[in-house]
Amino acid sequence: MILTRQDVEKIAHLARLSITEQEMPVYVTSLSSIVNFVDELSRAQTGDVLPMAHPLDGQHQRVRADVVTESDHHDKYQTNAPAVTAGLYVVPRVIE
Amino acid sequence: MLHNLFIAELAERLSKRQISSTELTRHFLDRIERLNPALNAFITLTAEGALQDAAAADLKLGKGERGPLLGIPLIHKDIFCTDGVRTSCGSRMLDNFVAPYDATVVTRLKAAGTVMLGKSNMDEFAMGSSNETSFYGPVRNPWDTSMVPGGSSGGSAAATAARFAPFATGTDTGGSIRQPAALTGVTGFKPTYGRVSRYGMIAFASSLDQAGVFARSAADAAAVLQVMAGFDPKDSTSVDVPVPDYPAALEAPLQGLKIGLLREFFEGLEARNASLIQDTLKVYRSLGAETVEVSLPSLPLSVPTYYVVAPAECSSNLSRFDGVRFGHRCQNPVDLMDLYKRSRGEGFGAEVKRRIMTGTYVLSAGYFDAYYLKAQKVRRLITDDFRAAFAKVDLVIGPTTPTPAFAIGAKVDDPVTMYLNDIYTIGANLAGLPGVSVPCGFVDELPVGLQLVGPHFAEAKLLNAAHQFQQATEWHKQAPGGYE
Repeated sequence: MILTRQDVEKIAHLARLSITEQEMPVYVTSLSSIVNFVDELSRAQTGDVLPMAHPLDGQHQRVRADVVTESDHHDKYQTNAPAVTAGLYVVPRVIE
Repeated sequence: MLHNLFIAELAERLSKRQISSTELTRHFLDRIERLNPALNAFITLTAEGALQDAAAADLKLGKGERGPLLGIPLIHKDIFCTDGVRTSCGSRMLDNFVAPYDATVVTRLKAAGTVMLGKSNMDEFAMGSSNETSFYGPVRNPWDTSMVPGGSSGGSAAATAARFAPFATGTDTGGSIRQPAALTGVTGFKPTYGRVSRYGMIAFASSLDQAGVFARSAADAAAVLQVMAGFDPKDSTSVDVPVPDYPAALEAPLQGLKIGLLREFFEGLEARNASLIQDTLKVYRSLGAETVEVSLPSLPLSVPTYYVVAPAECSSNLSRFDGVRFGHRCQNPVDLMDLYKRSRGEGFGAEVKRRIMTGTYVLSAGYFDAYYLKAQKVRRLITDDFRAAFAKVDLVIGPTTPTPAFAIGAKVDDPVTMYLNDIYTIGANLAGLPGVSVPCGFVDELPVGLQLVGPHFAEAKLLNAAHQFQQATEWHKQAPGGYE
């Protein structure tokens, strides 16, 4: 295997994903086969080719006038939140 | 029967008041109720809202308003946010998410007077090529219900093939419109990157995602694209380029059109599929087009390139699902880290987690240059190949998929084999090009798709070429048995 169990545990932690004991061996195998597959890219002669992040050349970030265009909808948006108190999102205690 | 009529025919009957939008809507809702249980093409049906939309359209028609889509029913892929309607993206993560606003695609189609019948099933977060990764179960192919419909827009494709609506929306990040269109025998159109707004379309890979349409003809797709396309200030990569009159371009003669046959697309293609594509070339030559062979030497690297770029972007995009502001939250988290990890671990399915982890790996310290940066460089090589080809030809042509539909369950255990289904479609996404798949025959009684890809903003030419093919052939009029 290209990736070890420890590698996958580290990746899962970086990605903030809990992975069950049952899932772990499956991911070790399948992620290894994906990494092996994408390793094909190393054969490509890319010399001084510029990396391409965006499919349309010549595009630039648009700017708009500095005026308020959005109204406040936080009540509506928070109807989808798992836990809200007084308009605030509730999470487990972060600061002791 | 009403469900076999094309959009222009329906619009004519509506405008002459021979039928009402309400009657049309009831007709499709009845079909869905009767026939959908065998296909599972929907995540959410919105029958009540549909009848309200239809009543509103009928009121407008009664006042003399007219429009090419006024009163026409449609189905939205469940990746588009619909105000007040559950928008799940095929995921447990968003099973309880009611979108608080409309995607621009939804807004534009609403303004045109369409009637939304429901939200279609899809691969979870649009990650899949078979519609088997949906939290809501697989979609079945109406041509053979033991087969997949393709993915990720499998529900929209199956629903269009089954005549549940005249058209449906979809999204295409690596082939998710064209591949399922091919596997279900319908017309699937993916516009140029940036042509249609991505606002309110749940993000997978932002440099590749593009919204498009499933219909039963190129002419129908042209009518829908006319409404969907256009600049949107709410999408930072939306392009401010005028939208031509697509329906007006359909009838242009193909005399002198230069079509490039993609050599790499025929290497390893099964003989029966290859021969169907060769037959389409004869049709094009009889219509006055010239066919020449072109080569895209870097194209064989498109799948590995995609499976670095798309997961990298997905791992960033999906970090927004944190169990805090919306979406699934785990029970009794002990601390914030536990809340993040278990909410995401429980909310996402196996393939989504695999892609997030692939993306996290290729972006992580020590691997970024070898994978992500390298893939971005190869992406440019592939794009340059297309550019060189389009200096010689107007459009390129080839099969949409290596094989017709495969059996449900056949490829679920091997992600790399599944990824190779998109080998012919991914190139257009990497280069941001428009593409269309149209039905061109059958192998083992399953539909086969012909793919046309054009330069940036060549939508009108692609629709023209697809329409002329459909004027000369009958493949797009074939309906699956039991859905005629």
